[in-house]
Amino acid sequence: MENDTDMRPVSRLEESYDVVVVGAGHAGCEAALCCARLGFETIIFTVSVDSIAMMPCNPNIGGSSKGHLVREIDALGGQMGINIDKTFIQSKMLNRSKGPAVHSLRAQADKADYSARMRRTLQDTKHLTIRQAEVSEIITEEMVQNSCERKQKITGVKTVSGAVYHSRAVILCTGTYLGARCLTGEMITHTGPNGLMAANHLTASLTAHGIEMLRFKTGTPARVDRNSLDFGEMVEQKGDERVVPFSFTTNPQDVQIDQVSCWLTYTNEETHEIIRKNLDRSPIYAGVIEGTGPRYCPSIEDKVVKFADKDRHQIFIEPEGRNTNEMYVGGMSSSLPEDVQHEMYRTLPGLRHVKIVRNAYAIEYDCINPNQLLPTLEFKKIRGLFSGGQFNGSSGYEEAACQGLIAGINAAMSLSGREPLILDRSEAYTGVLIDDLVTKENREPYRMMTSRAEYRLLLRQDNADLRLTKKGYEIGLISKERYEWVCKKEKLIKEEISRVSRVRVGASKEVQTLLESYGSIPLNTGTGLTELIRRPELDYGKLAPIDPERPELPDEVAEQVNINIKYEGYLLRQKKQVESFKRLEKKRIPVDFDYDQVQSLRMEARQKLKIYQPSSIGQASRISGVSPADISVLLIAMESMKVIERQNNSL
Amino acid sequence: MKTDTIAAAATAVPPMGGAGIGVVRISGEDAILVADRVFFEGSGKRLADQESHTAHYGHIRDEEGVIDEVIVLLMRAPRTYTREDTVEIDCHGGAFVMQRILETVIRNGARPAEPGEFTKRAFLNGRIDLSQAESVLDVILAQNEFALKNSVRQLSGSVSSEVRRVRGEILHQIAYIESALDDPEHISLDGYPCRLKEIVSEQVRDIEKLLKNSDDGRILKEGISTVIAGKPNAGKSSLLNWLVGEERAIVTEIPGTTRDVLEEQISLDGIVLRLTDTAGIRSTEDPVEKIGVDRAKKSLTDADLVFYVVDSSTNFDESDAGIIELLSGKKTIIIFNKSDLAARTTPQEVKSLIGKENESCRFVTVSAKEQTGKEELCEAVREMFFAGKIFQNDQVYITNIRHKAALLDTLASLEQVKQSIDGGMPEDFYSIDLMNAYEELGKITGEAVEDDLVNEIFSKFCMGK
Repeated sequence: MENDTDMRPVSRLEESYDVVVVGAGHAGCEAALCCARLGFETIIFTVSVDSIAMMPCNPNIGGSSKGHLVREIDALGGQMGINIDKTFIQSKMLNRSKGPAVHSLRAQADKADYSARMRRTLQDTKHLTIRQAEVSEIITEEMVQNSCERKQKITGVKTVSGAVYHSRAVILCTGTYLGARCLTGEMITHTGPNGLMAANHLTASLTAHGIEMLRFKTGTPARVDRNSLDFGEMVEQKGDERVVPFSFTTNPQDVQIDQVSCWLTYTNEETHEIIRKNLDRSPIYAGVIEGTGPRYCPSIEDKVVKFADKDRHQIFIEPEGRNTNEMYVGGMSSSLPEDVQHEMYRTLPGLRHVKIVRNAYAIEYDCINPNQLLPTLEFKKIRGLFSGGQFNGSSGYEEAACQGLIAGINAAMSLSGREPLILDRSEAYTGVLIDDLVTKENREPYRMMTSRAEYRLLLRQDNADLRLTKKGYEIGLISKERYEWVCKKEKLIKEEISRVSRVRVGASKEVQTLLESYGSIPLNTGTGLTELIRRPELDYGKLAPIDPERPELPDEVAEQVNINIKYEGYLLRQKKQVESFKRLEKKRIPVDFDYDQVQSLRMEARQKLKIYQPSSIGQASRISGVSPADISVLLIAMESMKVIERQNNSL
Repeated sequence: MKTDTIAAAATAVPPMGGAGIGVVRISGEDAILVADRVFFEGSGKRLADQESHTAHYGHIRDEEGVIDEVIVLLMRAPRTYTREDTVEIDCHGGAFVMQRILETVIRNGARPAEPGEFTKRAFLNGRIDLSQAESVLDVILAQNEFALKNSVRQLSGSVSSEVRRVRGEILHQIAYIESALDDPEHISLDGYPCRLKEIVSEQVRDIEKLLKNSDDGRILKEGISTVIAGKPNAGKSSLLNWLVGEERAIVTEIPGTTRDVLEEQISLDGIVLRLTDTAGIRSTEDPVEKIGVDRAKKSLTDADLVFYVVDSSTNFDESDAGIIELLSGKKTIIIFNKSDLAARTTPQEVKSLIGKENESCRFVTVSAKEQTGKEELCEAVREMFFAGKIFQNDQVYITNIRHKAALLDTLASLEQVKQSIDGGMPEDFYSIDLMNAYEELGKITGEAVEDDLVNEIFSKFCMGK
């Protein structure tokens, strides 16, 4: 027998899992953890196990409206909040001078620690396997369908090496790695973020499966050596004295740590002049960049061009961790060449002698048009294929994480034949984010903002647990104990509000003294405690001394009591707005609804509806190009079809 | 979920003509509750205690007294048009009475139905079948081509442009606040509350102006309330019969609280008049007649326009002089009737009497018997109308009760914003009420926003269907 080996088929690795997660960034980690915790055998792929939960851009978690997302992730049983509570080095509640709706928590992370902790969590989770490999193909099979429309079903993925991983669900969380290209002036490298390997194969496979790809762009500023900075020329930014944790499970005592400072400086005319002089060397202005960048997160060259009347811009110098000399130059992302970067950074007070550790760069990557997704984050065309994060056209760690969690939950729900989790715009920022992604036309990386949430007074970061813990519990990601505490908390809040409403306050000397100490007008006659709490200069806590019957309550309960009493009128009016919104959301459109049968629909509307396949009349009404008249036609047609169905059934 | 209770005239409110009986329909969870607050049956029984699908006779009353005698139909869900509890009030179909009943019902807990809202509810509650749904569809499709243009024209251009202007300004403020929240570095809110308060106060004034004119708008739409006054036997009734008879536009007689005041609606060359005939006015000792005369005097006070009928074949006497006193400051057309007979009173004579009191009055000579002089009368009304003697033509009028409700809501929301500013609330609170105001105004201009979307659906056909 000669050459026996040639006769054998090429052997390849073949394994089976319930769920495959592609990418181990913030979306991938949440997706994989969620599926594994729900008992599904899960494998998570990454091009580098050293870059799990890496933060390739800013060193913080949270911030305006993003802090809300982290709280929501936590209330649903995700990991991000817990992880940042263990690895933050500075924390601040933003917008404290504004209303409670826009209070938002932001923490500086020790990046390396954040990544390492998340990796450890993944490692320690049962049913979860970490694998370093580049996924190059998705594998599908044709589904038997009675209608003429062909639908595919996911059966697994293949890696570059040819190994096949069979699975019942696949969650794509490729971040900025797909077909990535980094640009620093004239220097272009085909790498992912931070010089990591790009994933160059998967896009072709997705396209071959009929998935429409887009190309987006984002960027990051330089990292500079903290030893080269002159802190005396900058304004120190300290963390909060009393730190509030992200996770509802973190004991507030555990987050009262020694914090590090950030520093504030400004650009100046000299900076702007250097930028203007070198604009022709910026790949964006030279037309080299194909991808669409985010308008709201502009590079410094964009800011100088767009806000030509501003003589300075804020720049935040933020530490990247306790064990690194690198500082992040927040507000100064750029794709200008490194010599220009060097020159312009040095014009800033505090940075006159700065040494750059890593260059700023712009990165382009492949992502999908998210209108191909259902609100469950499953592809409409491919059963069992889900996706989350920057791959869906969003930007930001928090946006990615909450999508990863929802995609993971819905993959798991689908595998166990349970109802999917779809949060609507009145329930969560996460719901707003996903609805915007799958319903509206997105021409740039999507970033969460408070202004996107219509009902934000109800969607506060302080009540995320009250809003979502029950759902997390029903899904199976929240312990019974934790759920029961939220139920109890609800009860305590209710009881205390009702007790306070019955408390009368007389014009006693003690009361007048207390009022005066807060600059509040003394009482002429007795009044309700509720009325006093509503005075702008007072609150529930301040009035404790004149409320002798007040029970001992945890801070988080007292906070809710205060907000609910103080802003009752506003909350009620917002709830009314939500009621009318819900009426439309409740009108569901059947999954297989045939828009071609509705001949009176205008062509443009019909096409849009066929593309987006909205799940409710409410969602349909938010699609651009679908007018109110179209909606009415649709409503009537739906009703007519139901009647026909009933008649057919009765025959 | 609890649905709110809506009410509307279920028959067309007749500006020019229409049915002799009008129906005001109330639908929703509190329909019967609301009806019980305004409907009073003789023996004091309450609708809430009655069987479904029964009729009841009684009166609709408000704080001021009886508005009309009516038959009320009580229908409980689900066997109703909307599949909700429904009460229908069959009243005398004059626009004025229907309007008052509707307003009373709304004051007592219902809200004005959006156009087509009953059908919308019927549809959303699964009451409408295939063929009905198709006919609804036809209406909407027709809407797109022809009727839309019509309704847009109907809505006085100046109303919508005024509303749009205010609405645009509100949006601008919302956008400013929102962008300042998202980009505090570049957009500062320093001193903004004070600025916003000024802007909102200005808008409150604009909306109030629109609302103030809405009563004039109602007059335009429902007709000019016109009282025919004069001595007994001056020919008031024959004038009324002549005008009404020829137009064949008798709407209804309203034997309301006053048996001696009759109201008719006529269209005089396109201008709608709500004509009230009064008892002849003269000084009298007869207590019964005195009541009639007092009432005549009262309706004269309330009227927008007075037709003062003078019998030119008799001598001008002190009764005439008494009436002229009452006309002080009133828009008046003095009609010399019985021109077929020899004249004993001349316009000059009356003019000299009335002139200093009422300079704007006009003189017309007619013969109700011979039916001559009507054109002159039309001309006089039209001149008063278009020459701005009754209305300022450049004023913006709100004629629709739904629009009025939207304006009132807008006003409440804007006042709320002012309160928030005064109360030192953080800026992000302003947008809740600004958004409400924005949406309410959108209901008037027909620009769909949020929950308007479905309301728009059935909004294109007539009220109450």
